Amino acid sequence: MSINHEPTAEQVKEQRLYLQMGMTEGEYTRAEEMLGRTPNYTETGLFSAMWSEHCSYKSSKSVLRKFPTEGARVLQGPGEGAGIVDIGDNQAAVFKMESHNSPSAIEPFIGAATGAGGIIRDVFSMGARPVALVNSLRFGDLTDPRDKFLFEEAVAGIASYGNAMGIPTVAGEVQFDQCYSKRPLVNAMAVGLLNHEDIQKGLAAGVGNTVLYAGATTGRDGIHGATMSSSEVSIEEENELPVMQAGDPFIEKLLMEACLELVKSDALIGIQDMGAAGLTSSAAEMASKAGYGVEMNLNLVPQREENMTAYEMMLSESQERMLIVVKKGREEEVIQLFTKYGINAVAIGRVTDDKMLRLLHKGEIVAEVSADLLAEDAPSYQKESKEPASFAENQAMENEEPQVADLKDTLLDLLQRPTIASKEWVYNQFDTGARTSTVLAPGASAGIIRVRGTNKGIAMTADCNSRFIYLDPETGGKIAVAEAARNLVCSGAEPIALTDCLNFGSPDKPEVFWQLEKSADGISEACRKLNAPVIGGNVSLSNEVNGVPIYPTPTIGLVGLVHDLKHVTTPGLKQAGDAIYVIGQTATEFGGSELQQMVEGKIFGKSPAIDLDTEVKRQNQLLEAIQQGLIQSAADLSEGGFAVALCEKAFAADGLGVDVTVEGSAVTALFSESQSRFLVTVKPEQVAAFEQNVEDAVKIGTVTDGEQLVIKDAEGTVLLEGTVEEFHAAWKGAIPCLLNSEG
Amino acid sequence: MKFAVLVFPGLTCDLDMYHAVEETVKQEVEYVWHTEADKLDQFDAVLLPTGTSYGNYLRPGALAKSSPACQELQKFADSGKLVLGVGNGFHILVEAGILPGGFLRNNSLKFRSAEEKLQVENTDTAFTKDYAKGQTITLPVASEFGNYYADEATVEELKNSNRIIFTYADENLDGSTAAIAGITNEKGNVLGMMPLPERAVEELIGGTDGAPLFHSILNNWSEKHVN
Repeated sequence: MSINHEPTAEQVKEQRLYLQMGMTEGEYTRAEEMLGRTPNYTETGLFSAMWSEHCSYKSSKSVLRKFPTEGARVLQGPGEGAGIVDIGDNQAAVFKMESHNSPSAIEPFIGAATGAGGIIRDVFSMGARPVALVNSLRFGDLTDPRDKFLFEEAVAGIASYGNAMGIPTVAGEVQFDQCYSKRPLVNAMAVGLLNHEDIQKGLAAGVGNTVLYAGATTGRDGIHGATMSSSEVSIEEENELPVMQAGDPFIEKLLMEACLELVKSDALIGIQDMGAAGLTSSAAEMASKAGYGVEMNLNLVPQREENMTAYEMMLSESQERMLIVVKKGREEEVIQLFTKYGINAVAIGRVTDDKMLRLLHKGEIVAEVSADLLAEDAPSYQKESKEPASFAENQAMENEEPQVADLKDTLLDLLQRPTIASKEWVYNQFDTGARTSTVLAPGASAGIIRVRGTNKGIAMTADCNSRFIYLDPETGGKIAVAEAARNLVCSGAEPIALTDCLNFGSPDKPEVFWQLEKSADGISEACRKLNAPVIGGNVSLSNEVNGVPIYPTPTIGLVGLVHDLKHVTTPGLKQAGDAIYVIGQTATEFGGSELQQMVEGKIFGKSPAIDLDTEVKRQNQLLEAIQQGLIQSAADLSEGGFAVALCEKAFAADGLGVDVTVEGSAVTALFSESQSRFLVTVKPEQVAAFEQNVEDAVKIGTVTDGEQLVIKDAEGTVLLEGTVEEFHAAWKGAIPCLLNSEG
Repeated sequence: MKFAVLVFPGLTCDLDMYHAVEETVKQEVEYVWHTEADKLDQFDAVLLPTGTSYGNYLRPGALAKSSPACQELQKFADSGKLVLGVGNGFHILVEAGILPGGFLRNNSLKFRSAEEKLQVENTDTAFTKDYAKGQTITLPVASEFGNYYADEATVEELKNSNRIIFTYADENLDGSTAAIAGITNEKGNVLGMMPLPERAVEELIGGTDGAPLFHSILNNWSEKHVN
């Protein structure tokens, strides 16, 4: 598109070109009224990007307000590149999770890679050194070739970026369900560390200060990515898809080192990543947050392609770029700093006092819009919300056990379900040990990295069981947070704060918006009870294929503090003779369970119930027992229930087995997904102390020598028996087997 | 003793090397950015960490070879002082012609991160004296290009001169020729290896099987600098 053919302001209006940019009639009228004139083509582009759901949260603001965002440790809540929590000793943890679902549905390798790249920039733009990555992934059930392709490529894409950056991936989760077929979820989380005095913000302050552009050149890639990410993917219309932005971790590594050196300089005023909506969002937000204006000469923007228009430059989502404001007169030394790392940095503008975002190109003013109007005055919608008919139907159903013919075969089948099976195929592609701080790598309940120079650790996990949320969003929302917290507690960490990715269908569907509201209610209540505020996150709406929304998937990325690294606890059995305990009660709860999906081919009924007071009590008592050194191994009970958790404890050990006795109905005891339960082992000499500390613990058996797994009923009849190896082989080989199978 | 951690753009695990020196031999150690490589002669040993030098464009290590810093590295190696290159650092040493052979993508065609059992084949080197003869150790690997390749004549020569220092003791999953995990140059002062000893110097984070390698380096230097 050459500048000569760019439509006039009148043409944009008459031909309603704003519709193509993703703006509604009402939004265009609002922009025109608030601007006081008809916006030109470039200005319309600025509005469409800044008022997209991705940048403005216009449909989800009312929901996001529900989340508790304050707490004693919170140094930075939602609104900046990433949230920040105090971890003591003048240090802080900086983290955020973000979705890259739409790009990954189209071009999974590049989409997933740039997802990792973007979230890493968000963290180092706060002044923090990124020290760990976490991811949360959802795909179809690996029967369809397209879903296999999406899975393989997305994993390779994340690996390619994180590994080349030298940031270890220490935790993650992958779940599979046909609701994500052809519409995968790729949620990436980065965690960084900094000293309090190094906290940076995206502020364009101080009249006359210089606006610098640093990093890769600007091309025509990713134009309107922010708008696209807020719309449904139609994989049939490939010709109409925009050019995807590609990433280059090599540039990002150099950019990161330069920025982290710059953070130490008093020449720096503010810094922000050019993420979604690129130059537009970074400039408008930095000006608006600081209460100033920004004027930029687009002739000076380093360009990758010829004849780029102002519109294209402002809307490009080329990767690995930062917008930086430095003190006037200090430009040269900052540019020198970037040059040392081989990164191009140029002055492209200045901070003004008129609160306008003013763009010059080829000697003319091509856009002049109030920064607040773009960044703050997007419309806010109270979407219609309606309880779906299916909710009452599901709630009315009685809890029943799925019909199971043979317990052992059922367990073997469950272990081969991709959601339950070993994720080694995935995490072996990630560099998990870079930076030599990884205390717990993927495969444990949570990832833990040590904080250098201290005896502390940062624990992290991602979690979300969307089936429970689909059946009962409020209960499911509570479960998502509680389960993430269980992962941390089992590892010896105290949960301190969380980030979320709200992945949902179209908010224009009242039933979807109801799911969003209700799950946010559940998440909020669990956050309050667990004392873990939400310090940042991201919303990804319109995740639908052919009009069918995905299961509501508000992924929780939870971070915890290990007060002393000797508290770190792993799931694997430790020693023969240790007592095995279940903490918590088991009821017949199969709604949304893996067994129900496997046997019935669908999910229905009530999700498992959760009582948050009980949850908190058990978590606190277990964490205290761990901190007192009373626990040999710990794991929570999740997908697949007790039998799967028991197997996983044996898989993680060497040459050990279990001999346990269960009460009541075998199917419920073995496979129910009742909440707030743990499986722990305790040394015989510590049994008394443990029982005194943990109220709801019931001894069910003993760790044995030799790799035999034996489960008996109360009468002593063997319900299920086999070698650890036969179960292990099924679990370990399932995902490679699915990928290699025809279909 | 004074160690340099030589950092080409895109090498990411310089911290790991630096930390390993501090943790094990507790000697002086300094990062040397590639543009400052002309000061390498002030150091007693050069450590080349792993990572993704120059984005692994063209081939891993290929672009680093053309950097002026690589000429300084060659000079340093010629002087007989010790050079250790791990992972991508090994790639650079091979591309630079300081060590023989080449690298292919892993058999799996994927990045592979794992713990590997290694056989210490030669304990009579400046890098391995502190290991016991026939000792098996466990070190992490993390690379997409861990598949070392050498032709028959080269392998024969490496074997005859006892320059194969480490081999994969279990499965050789990446497909390296003769299960080679680490080799030295003819003089024995340059070691390249795919496994990462610097990531195994503490019980807390992956064992201590890499520590003797750093102690060997210091002991070798100390013997030569008794006075």
